[in-house]
Amino acid sequence: MPRRVSIGMATIFIVCILWFCATTLFGLIPSGRFPSPAETWSALIHVSGRGYGGGDLTLHVYNSLRLVVMGFLFAIATGVPLGLLMGWNRKAEAIINPIFLIIRPIPPLAWIPLAILWLGLGDAAKIMVIWFSAFVPSVINTFAGVRNIDRPVIEAAYMLGMPKTRFVGEVLIPGASPMIFTGLRLSLQASWTTLVAAELVGAFYGIGRVLNVAQQDLYPGMILVGMIAVAILGWGTTRLLGVAESRALRWNTAALAAKG
Amino acid sequence: MQKQISLLQSIGLGFLGLGCFIGLWHGLAVSGMVSNIFLPSPVEVYDRFTTLLDRRFAGATLQGHLAASFMRFAYGFILAALIGIPLGLLMGWYQLLDEIVSPLFDALRFVAPIAWVPFAALWFGTGIGGPIMIIFAGAFPPCVINAYRGAKFVDPRLIEAANMLGTPSHRVIREVLLPSSVPSIISGLRVSAGLGWQSLVGAELIVASAGVGYMMVQGQANVSTTTVMAGMVAIGLVGLALDSALRLAERVIQRRRGLEN
Repeated sequence: MPRRVSIGMATIFIVCILWFCATTLFGLIPSGRFPSPAETWSALIHVSGRGYGGGDLTLHVYNSLRLVVMGFLFAIATGVPLGLLMGWNRKAEAIINPIFLIIRPIPPLAWIPLAILWLGLGDAAKIMVIWFSAFVPSVINTFAGVRNIDRPVIEAAYMLGMPKTRFVGEVLIPGASPMIFTGLRLSLQASWTTLVAAELVGAFYGIGRVLNVAQQDLYPGMILVGMIAVAILGWGTTRLLGVAESRALRWNTAALAAKG
Repeated sequence: MQKQISLLQSIGLGFLGLGCFIGLWHGLAVSGMVSNIFLPSPVEVYDRFTTLLDRRFAGATLQGHLAASFMRFAYGFILAALIGIPLGLLMGWYQLLDEIVSPLFDALRFVAPIAWVPFAALWFGTGIGGPIMIIFAGAFPPCVINAYRGAKFVDPRLIEAANMLGTPSHRVIREVLLPSSVPSIISGLRVSAGLGWQSLVGAELIVASAGVGYMMVQGQANVSTTTVMAGMVAIGLVGLALDSALRLAERVIQRRRGLEN
């Protein structure tokens, strides 16, 4: 949609011009409240060169990214199998669901104080909270994905006497995979939110740490740099997941196209 | 899928699961294998919960903190709905507006709501304004997205029929477009309430001088695990109540529309 793209770019451009006008040209917004483009740029130079809040930008980005990836992978590795089990086995669902029902209403961010009490301010506490926040969406969506598999497919597999291991690998997981990926996308979003919150509450490195120190220093340029970094990282990881999804589900769209 | 199991069996197994969970927790806590500060037993958490109900901690009783949190939540949530829903509907109806706002909206969507905390504190302080802005940042996107979907995916035959019958455009909006987007808007509000409540907790952990999140931070600072856990229970209960209320509204509206499945 070229019209859509050109209008979008024009909008972003105009907003940048307005930003420049309101801060630098006319001084409508005092620089103590919101940084001008020049101040933001100098904050970026500051953090990537001399460093800020305990390290330079690459160190902070690396630390945040590492924690998100670890918590996220850990959550997938535990959540997806549990979702498959609950979707497949009615008894497992009946046993586990009530526990889920009482834990789920507690927002992941509310686990932060407990995680700090248990594991301190280091990486372990953050991985625990990220794991927690990413775990729930991956379980729920995997579960729903299994329940949405066409019955005839399952019955055909049964009728043909498919062994259990092949059934899991060739019917259960592929059948649930579109919903599994929906869950993973939600999990990834939750991971970033939780990481930023956890780092704002207390951390030694990371983007949240930069935001926290910048808030205490009343340094708006650095706050904006931190927010942009969070947005770019969130966007980039979501894109990567999207690429993985379209790779993994390629057979599926092909199947759909073949069906007409 | 395995065969269905009977309701009785499923309730029995449910209690078994819950019993094991709480039993394991209690057993671990009482046995002394893990220190009491680390993992208090469910009974101690319950005791602490009832104590907090009538004794002040961090400046207020538990009800006091909950009331402070809930008031902020209500302001932020209502503000998000009041701005987000009309914006979403307008974006659904007028293509140009959609094309102008969407790129900005998409760019902002990737900023986690909690990342607004420093600016919120800078602009509105840490009392009531800052947290309200964070709740707004959390609750706003689902309001916009669902109102937009509701308005965008109205059955075109309804609009065509209305146009053919010569209905003036303000009446098309009021009598065709608006009613058919209501179910989607209500689902959006439910998602928003969940995200808003969660953002509020985050905001109170970082900047606030009252509220349940603040109480939990004080509990953490005093190494009072029971207080932290009691706070988690309270937050969970309020979140559950909010979700159930909006679920009920969703169902009532769907039933009235005959959309129930």
